[in-house]
Amino acid sequence: MSSPFLVGVHQPGDSWVHRCPTGPKLSLLALFSLAVVLTRSAAAAPVFLAVALLLAAVAGVRLGTLVRATRAILVLALLASALQWWIDGPAKAAETLVDLVALALAAITVSATTPVNDVLDTLVRAVGPLRRVGVDPERVALAFSLAIGALPGTVALALETRDAARARGLGRHPRAYLTPFVVRVVARAHEQGDALAARGLSD
Amino acid sequence: MPALTLDAAGVTVATADGERVLLEPTTLSLTERRVGVIGANGSGKSTMARLLNGLVTPTTGRVLVDGLDVAEHGAEVRRRVGFCFTDPAAQLVMPTCVEDVELSLRRFERDPAARRRRALEVLERHGLAEHAHQSVHDLSGGQRQLLALAGVLATDPEVVVADEPTTLLDLANSRRVGDLLLSLPQQLVLLTHDLDLAARCDRVLVVEHGRVVADGPGPESVAAYVDAVDRAHR
Repeated sequence: MSSPFLVGVHQPGDSWVHRCPTGPKLSLLALFSLAVVLTRSAAAAPVFLAVALLLAAVAGVRLGTLVRATRAILVLALLASALQWWIDGPAKAAETLVDLVALALAAITVSATTPVNDVLDTLVRAVGPLRRVGVDPERVALAFSLAIGALPGTVALALETRDAARARGLGRHPRAYLTPFVVRVVARAHEQGDALAARGLSD
Repeated sequence: MPALTLDAAGVTVATADGERVLLEPTTLSLTERRVGVIGANGSGKSTMARLLNGLVTPTTGRVLVDGLDVAEHGAEVRRRVGFCFTDPAAQLVMPTCVEDVELSLRRFERDPAARRRRALEVLERHGLAEHAHQSVHDLSGGQRQLLALAGVLATDPEVVVADEPTTLLDLANSRRVGDLLLSLPQQLVLLTHDLDLAARCDRVLVVEHGRVVADGPGPESVAAYVDAVDRAHR
């Protein structure tokens, strides 16, 4: 089965985006995200989208990856922009849609060009000073990377649960889908907790 | 081989509310290279296996790995005892294969470049090099279990505990994973429903209702188990 959600899947390469150190790369992504969110201009939105597309092209992120990732975010983006249309009109809706797609593309590009373990190392260094107040940087970083890693698994569980509900003729009952889905997600979290403990990662 | 000991006073495990006993008083010393554990679902096999690296703590008694009390020296014990689960999906938490092996190596190798090199070597050793940068979700069931095992073996543990590692696999992959486990130089504690695999172990424990009801060389224990199941269904 092909991964239904591609966040966190590293694609090795030799572009300058790949070579850019992880810390600055994450900082630039944060700055880019802030700029997209804080700039309230319909004219700026296509520029942000063009920047995100240019970055993805320079990094050589596979087209399939971009399309699938964009498709995944598109449902959410369309819902958000429909709400914006209702509140602020079509111009704001278009800006919201384009902004969200630009953010998703930038995130996918960083994700595809950065191994998760490098992100983990960077986070450990960044959170390091908090060790003095009792924070364990390794745990914080692990929790962060697990959140990224859990996305494809959770989506796979959702699809399996939906199929199981359909197979029993219960496809149209949200409770028949949501209850087992939540139970399975919690059970999987317990199993992963055990697996991490067995690997000594919580010691 | 390290000695895995469930001490002489008898180890028991009960549920948190104390209402159900999962493992009756058990005293064991496992020193053989390949130890099999067989028995029905819910018989207490997994509870026994989980005691060996502190995933389950005994209600009474002590579990020792090479003299180290698992309850007191959990971190040290987990460095020595690797654990492979039935469902590799629970065990593989990183997006790509090489990153998951790297996660196992984090405690042992601080330098990212050296860690990546070692992880790639581990994948190469287990025939997974071509999948190094592939999503773990894109692997077949057999490849996932091999990857989970590779993640365990990457840290070179002295003991490998495998909890029904072939249950979800097809015949070919089941044989592949089984052969790999039995050929390991490490001490192996193998929980399985595959009786052919169990019969190849040096010693096999048969567990029933939280008790070890038979304990001996592989073929003898397997025969005793089959006989007991046959009698129960006559």
